[in-house]
Amino acid sequence: MQKTTDVVRFKGRMKKKRNVQLYIGLGILAALGLFLLLGFIYHPYGTTKMDSAMKLTAPSLQHWFGADNYGRDIFERVQEGLRTSVVIALLSTLIGTAGGTVIGALTGFYGGLLDDGIMRIIDVLFSIPSILLALVFVSLSDFGMTNVILALGIAVIPSFAKMIRTEFKEQAKLEYVQAAKLMGASDFRILFRHILPNVMPTLINCMFISFNNCVLAEAGLSYLGIGVQPPQASLGGMIAEGQGYLKMAPHLIIAPGVVMVLLLLGLGLIADGNARTFFVAVKGKKKE
Amino acid sequence: MGKYVVKKIASLALTLLAVSFVVFFLFSVIPGDPATSKLGTNATPEKVEALREELGLNAPFMVRYFKWLVGAIRGDFGDSYAYAMPVKQLIGGKLVINGVLSLMAIFIVCAVSVPIGVYTAKHTGGLIDRVMTVINQIAMAFPPFLLGLLLTFVFGMVLRLFSPGAYVGYQTNFGKFLLYMICPAIALALPKCAMCIKLLRTNILEEAKKDYSKTVYSKGNNTTGLLYKYVLKNAIMPTITFVGMLFADMIASGIVIEQTFGIPGLGRSLLSAISVRDYPVVMAIIMLIAFGIVVVSAITDVIHAIVDPRVREE
Repeated sequence: MQKTTDVVRFKGRMKKKRNVQLYIGLGILAALGLFLLLGFIYHPYGTTKMDSAMKLTAPSLQHWFGADNYGRDIFERVQEGLRTSVVIALLSTLIGTAGGTVIGALTGFYGGLLDDGIMRIIDVLFSIPSILLALVFVSLSDFGMTNVILALGIAVIPSFAKMIRTEFKEQAKLEYVQAAKLMGASDFRILFRHILPNVMPTLINCMFISFNNCVLAEAGLSYLGIGVQPPQASLGGMIAEGQGYLKMAPHLIIAPGVVMVLLLLGLGLIADGNARTFFVAVKGKKKE
Repeated sequence: MGKYVVKKIASLALTLLAVSFVVFFLFSVIPGDPATSKLGTNATPEKVEALREELGLNAPFMVRYFKWLVGAIRGDFGDSYAYAMPVKQLIGGKLVINGVLSLMAIFIVCAVSVPIGVYTAKHTGGLIDRVMTVINQIAMAFPPFLLGLLLTFVFGMVLRLFSPGAYVGYQTNFGKFLLYMICPAIALALPKCAMCIKLLRTNILEEAKKDYSKTVYSKGNNTTGLLYKYVLKNAIMPTITFVGMLFADMIASGIVIEQTFGIPGLGRSLLSAISVRDYPVVMAIIMLIAFGIVVVSAITDVIHAIVDPRVREE
């Protein structure tokens, strides 16, 4: 009998915990941001300068995270790798957001044959994991940063389109849309001035999840050696390079690995900890 | 039920047809001529032309597509450009490797996450539940290949429970092959276990709040009865869908994790085929993966319909 109250009691506790998650997540991302900023002030070695005397040396005061198999400073390479990850994930998420929102808005609002046709294709693409899609796209064009961004961006469009379509379909039935129609607003205006702001919370949550997925996919691609090309550093690439020295010099993997896990952990915590309410609240405050 | 299955199979065939067309189309419009790349840039135009004719590249697009499609349905994906042997022979054995790896990982996910998910939901707010939440969150942040390296380091180098890189083919010794696959399978499974536990726990708690649960309570059932007889049946549905979708993920992450453990599977073939532009092999691998994913998702839908009669009505 006591267990029923348990469910109720739990409800209050969960709400509290969710906010904690959100703040821990934001804290981790802020720390990583500071770590990146440090790179602007402190960069005595450069990311590609090799020093054969320092090959595979363990972390020390000179090289905070140690040096890699070419004697390059890992501290700075991890910074560059993190920057690469974030830039790629950010840009591909933006491509996915733009493409997915347009496709989702049009198919969800108009429906009909267009909806059926496009959604069939989207369903197929959605079922294939984005890293596999990106892998094929990248390898068919060429390696390198621009192509990775494009490939990942295209690969995440289906997931956005699917979510946004459902939202638009539901919003299109509501009264304010009818009212806007009666007032003579153009379809374009209804779609992007009236409905889109109401879809924003879902969109922001989608963006966080997609950002997370893009970081993961980019790491996988560069680990396989088909992402960003050396000598430019990427977290996945550094781990792949360090793999051969796992026994001799595990610090080659530890630094990029820890940074990658922290980034994904921070993003996961934010996406989980009700980012939706947080951002809506922030937005609401600004308007006042 | 029979009608539902027939409908599913029809939609499955249509989807695969669409995929095959898109794949074939993409691979015929991309720049890069296989005949030129095979002969090198020094080849005379006549020689290139002769090889194009031999490979059947001069036929109209639709003719080539149908020829390829008919072959693919019979399991014949043509000959590899890079190696003078049928694609079937080249990748046939690798399917077993990736299939076993994915199935093992999915089995681990189910075996681990269902008991833990149910337990943590039942003892919400307890110590184990709170510890599991933290562990879950961290496990989700690990990319499988990093987890694989961690496992290699801990079990292979510190504890010496297995020898990293000493892959045994399934043809030579199936038992040892399975043993070697345990570590990669765990690396693939752990992040997904975390997601699955979380999903199941959330769903059980959601269902426990609904009206029917209250009714069951008020009729005098205890928590255990409520959980296993009523709540679990409803709460397990999203988990079934999730496990069905896992297959695709496992194949994709499997391609990456092969590299970590030195397994000569589909991923290695795919990467090497991509680097030499061996299109028949790339197309075959993509089609096989798509086939596997679509079939598994159809099976998931059917299981869904068996467990939940409401799905059939739609």
